[in-house]
Amino acid sequence: MSTSGEPAIEVKGLRIRRGGKLVLPGISLRVGRGRVTGLLGPSGSGKTTLMRAIVGVQIIQNGEVAVLGRPAGSPELRRRVGYVTQAPSVYGDLTVRENLRYFARILAAAPERIDEVIGTVGLREQADQVVGTLSGGEGSRASLATALLGEPEILVLDEPTVGLDPVLRRDLWNTFHELAAGGATLLVSSHVMDEAKRCDELVLLREGRIVAMTSPEELLRQTGASDLEEAFLALVEVA
Amino acid sequence: MSTRATLATAVRVLRQLRRDRRTIALVLGVPPVLLALFKYVFEGQAQTFDRVGPALVGIFPFVSMFVVTSIAMLRERTTGTLERLMSMPLAKLDLLLGYGIAFALVAALQAGLTSAVAFGALGLDTTGPIWLVIVLAVGNAVLGMSLGLFLSAFARTEFQAVQFMPAFVLPQVFLAGLLVPRDRMARPLEIVSDFLPLTYAYDALARATTDDIGRRLALDAFVVGACIAVALVLGATTLRRRTP
Repeated sequence: MSTSGEPAIEVKGLRIRRGGKLVLPGISLRVGRGRVTGLLGPSGSGKTTLMRAIVGVQIIQNGEVAVLGRPAGSPELRRRVGYVTQAPSVYGDLTVRENLRYFARILAAAPERIDEVIGTVGLREQADQVVGTLSGGEGSRASLATALLGEPEILVLDEPTVGLDPVLRRDLWNTFHELAAGGATLLVSSHVMDEAKRCDELVLLREGRIVAMTSPEELLRQTGASDLEEAFLALVEVA
Repeated sequence: MSTRATLATAVRVLRQLRRDRRTIALVLGVPPVLLALFKYVFEGQAQTFDRVGPALVGIFPFVSMFVVTSIAMLRERTTGTLERLMSMPLAKLDLLLGYGIAFALVAALQAGLTSAVAFGALGLDTTGPIWLVIVLAVGNAVLGMSLGLFLSAFARTEFQAVQFMPAFVLPQVFLAGLLVPRDRMARPLEIVSDFLPLTYAYDALARATTDDIGRRLALDAFVVGACIAVALVLGATTLRRRTP
């Protein structure tokens, strides 16, 4: 898919107050289609709030969020946007397969998708295990599998690789790129700069403001830093 | 609205409950045991047991479903599954009706078992039809469920949700006419009881057990039905697609 034309996500002057605190003072950004865009920044920088606004579950004070050309949260987007929260949001007292069966019915996804997504997130062995008895990483993958069921055009993933071992992390990032190659747009947040190099595009966030919007290569070139962590620190300290 | 999503939700709720064997044992086992206890407490006064017993058969489902639903709904909120569902193509009513169907089935089982023990083993006497007591019991369960669903929105923690039982359920039980006939209560209390859903649920049960099946019972049933509908609509308004 090309990155030209209408962006997958367009945010204009977004202002959000959460819990009495101004989390996003007014930010604007565009996310291109068919790309893996990383949303990077320290914890508390507003990543989750921004993602919630894009999915349409966040009450916003001001600004516009358009997803696939429609206002975020529009009913017709509910089938086209997949969202995975930081804490796994699946039923702990059901097995992985039972969870997926339920959400597949809600999304009207084909039953074959259940086994496909179980394979994608590498939970074949645990498919019939109750989610509550899974490890933290397995639980998050069960949650991710749910979001993949409906083959959404846009996937918003909030820190999907936290607590995963390096092999799984690499496998998941490969999955993300495969999905993007198939035309999906991914917005993936992380507070680990190490993951930035795996993204096609980067949005660096700090205290609710965008510090940089660029590609990993460009970021290194501009800052003259040797790695992305250093580049981010350089940018943050200048800002 | 979609039957597929409603039924899928009902099946999911039942599946969750099935995994929690102890809750099932408590929901099904406690009412018959309490009724037996009640019978022996009023050993010398069989007419008290006969008067209050059938009504209790119908009130247990109201109480258990109120508690079970408020906790279940609170869990949906705190674990993020509600937020996930709200970001999916699921009508709010599908979720509420799904819960309703699942808990109505459990309530039917509970009321059936409790009636079997009460009218069989415990020798509870009623002049009215037992099937009507069971039907009304299921209606009460759905009433308890819809009230629990709505009120759970106002609980932040499970501790609070559990306290809603004595706060919202017990006063209704006290004022429904079960302990003291309503026309013998102080006038202000009688007026308050006119506005409580359980008053009508109890009145219907009392009439069913004395075989007083007529327009008043139909009116009671209608009021209970209307309360269920109002609580479900109010409950739907507490399910927000967007949150702060």
